[in-house]
Amino acid sequence: MFQLIFFSILNGLVYGMLLFMLSSGLTLIFGMMGVLNFAHASFYMLGAYVAFTVGLHLGFWPALVIAPVVVGLLGALVERQGLRRVHRFGHIAELIFTFGVAILVEEIVQLVWGRPAKSYQVPAALDFPLFRVMSSSFPAYKAFMLVVAVAIFAFIFVILTRTRAGLIIQASLTHPQMVAMLGHNVPRVFMIVFGIGSALAALAGVIAGPVLGTFPGMAQVLGSIVFVVVVIGGLGSLSGAFVASLLIGIVQTFAVAMDVSVGGALAAMGVHVNTAGALHDLWRVTIAQVAPILPYVLLVLTLILRPTGLFGTRET
Amino acid sequence: MSTPVATRPFAVAGVARAARVRRYGLWLAAAVVLLLLPQSVRTGTAIAVMNQMGIAVIFALSFNMLLGQGGMLSFGHAVYFGLGGFIAAHVLNMAGRGAIYLPVPLLPLVGGLGGLAFAALFGSFSTRRAGTVFSMISLGVAELMAASSLIFDKFFGGEEGITTNRSKAPLLLGLEFTRDRQVYYLIAFWLFVATLAMYAFSRTPVGRMANAVRDNPERAEFVGYSQHRVRFVSFCAAGFFAGIAGGLFAVNYEILTAENMGLNASGAVLLMAYIGGIGAFVGPIVGAVVFTFLQSMLSDYTGMWLLYLGILFLATVLFVPMGLAGLLMLHAPVWRARRVGRLLGPYVLTGALGFVAAVGIIGLLEMVHFVAADRTGTRRLFWLVVAPRTLMPWLGFAALVVAGAVGVRWTGPRAVAAFAEASRPGRP
Repeated sequence: MFQLIFFSILNGLVYGMLLFMLSSGLTLIFGMMGVLNFAHASFYMLGAYVAFTVGLHLGFWPALVIAPVVVGLLGALVERQGLRRVHRFGHIAELIFTFGVAILVEEIVQLVWGRPAKSYQVPAALDFPLFRVMSSSFPAYKAFMLVVAVAIFAFIFVILTRTRAGLIIQASLTHPQMVAMLGHNVPRVFMIVFGIGSALAALAGVIAGPVLGTFPGMAQVLGSIVFVVVVIGGLGSLSGAFVASLLIGIVQTFAVAMDVSVGGALAAMGVHVNTAGALHDLWRVTIAQVAPILPYVLLVLTLILRPTGLFGTRET
Repeated sequence: MSTPVATRPFAVAGVARAARVRRYGLWLAAAVVLLLLPQSVRTGTAIAVMNQMGIAVIFALSFNMLLGQGGMLSFGHAVYFGLGGFIAAHVLNMAGRGAIYLPVPLLPLVGGLGGLAFAALFGSFSTRRAGTVFSMISLGVAELMAASSLIFDKFFGGEEGITTNRSKAPLLLGLEFTRDRQVYYLIAFWLFVATLAMYAFSRTPVGRMANAVRDNPERAEFVGYSQHRVRFVSFCAAGFFAGIAGGLFAVNYEILTAENMGLNASGAVLLMAYIGGIGAFVGPIVGAVVFTFLQSMLSDYTGMWLLYLGILFLATVLFVPMGLAGLLMLHAPVWRARRVGRLLGPYVLTGALGFVAAVGIIGLLEMVHFVAADRTGTRRLFWLVVAPRTLMPWLGFAALVVAGAVGVRWTGPRAVAAFAEASRPGRP
């Protein structure tokens, strides 16, 4: 039991920090431009694929740097040439635009890299068990993921709170007009933040690709979860995104590990239900099966009960 | 003094009659076209495509009740389409076993009621807010249903879905539905009825209030309407018509899988409505027809049809946000002023250059596809045979893209200026 809890917490931390790498960029972009970027997870996918291709020729470590830079520039280009153009048609049009970009990226990935999953492997230097607790071992690569994610968290934190650039970004979040009046080029700040957000997503893709799989559906799988994270954490709130990322990460890893059904739980409490009835599917469902639903249930509940999210200060 | 008084009622009656003729004449013409359409085609594939179009048109129109008329962007509209379809399929199976009496022509109504019930359930909380929150909840509900479909095997049929058989249901007035052509008339009937009903809905006070709430919710509240309730009514109506489309889908294809209510199906209906134009009632009709046509035509030639439709979609969002129908309607005043001739020159020039760029883009994409699929040798593209493993075709198609794009940048503003000039009121 201790083993299960220990490893679930560790895996949950890794998964949660990975979610934070995506949700931090998404929530910053939302906070600034008021647009929920549907294509954010697409940049994550592009990061994994570019890193895979670069890795074939140059190896994993150059790819870790090159892929985020390439994808970040691409993100800045999308903002400059597309998003800024549809901005005047309102938020709905922006949402629709990013949705279109997400479709296009998925199709282009299928066109260039094909439909089957790529065998993007953990680099050999990190392919060993870090430590063992009883019968299970913890891979070094997951520890590496955790280190990168924590480093990114520290990086964002320092940039936003300790530097002049961070000051301008924070001011642009709440008072874009005033910042523009003071002589800063606010659209350019937006473009840079969008680019950095895309680069962070790509970095998450680079390090998550070998673990979660590199396939054309990877953006859709993670994209919706990241949405859930930023909404639960409160749109535009970085600390909220951090807490919600860890929450969702740990809840999901724990739920997956539990093989208890509703009917079984009721039976343990002394309540016996007719498992042959029309709802028999419902009673046989285990918590592990419900795990994929949990984030969305949380999302809908949050939006109904507390639309500002955990730490958010404003409604969408 | 008495003459004008005497003639005015006649004049008013004349105008009213003309308006009536135009209004009912349009619907009558649409009905005649729907009736005669299958006579004009010979192949079974064309009938199959038209059936698909009919279902898509109802679905896209129901989607636009939310987006175009109510300002609600839903990423999960296929949920109501799919649930309506699943319920209709199960009811059809029950009717086939003789458990209940229900003939096939009434089945779409069952689907509609199913869609309505779930729209009422999910709409009760998701329509409380508009904008991004609504979109997020719709996405959450869509993901919720996608995940649930893996759990509730009995209802959704797991991987292989729910199959049904329309020929086992009891007959109504001796109408049989064994062939696609017979199903066509059923779809055409429901298409006509549903379109008429949705148009009528947009003309009712609640339909008008949906517009008001979309444009200015605060003001609508001050007039005394609850924005939540107005959105809720629109949402339920949209779910009902989506369910009708789902019921027709169940009759036409006799199979439903969880994919029919997934995110991709919801995305497809957004593409249809937006490409056609969400600002006009006919927009989604145009969009659904164009989308289905391109889909069935392109999928014969290339496996990348969604890529091309995605490019078309993004181009619409960026350059023609009013959509195809909106673009046509923009030209109505020019048409009435009989100045279309002046636009012909700039439009043909811009169109030709755009075509050149499109040929270049398609050529490049197809060659990427060729190389990515690890094939060697040559293949036919348009009218020529190219060898994608050599440099020349890449340079050639890239040159077409650059030439077309530069040309459109130059002629495009001139075409827009010509349009502005032609649509200025005044003497011709």
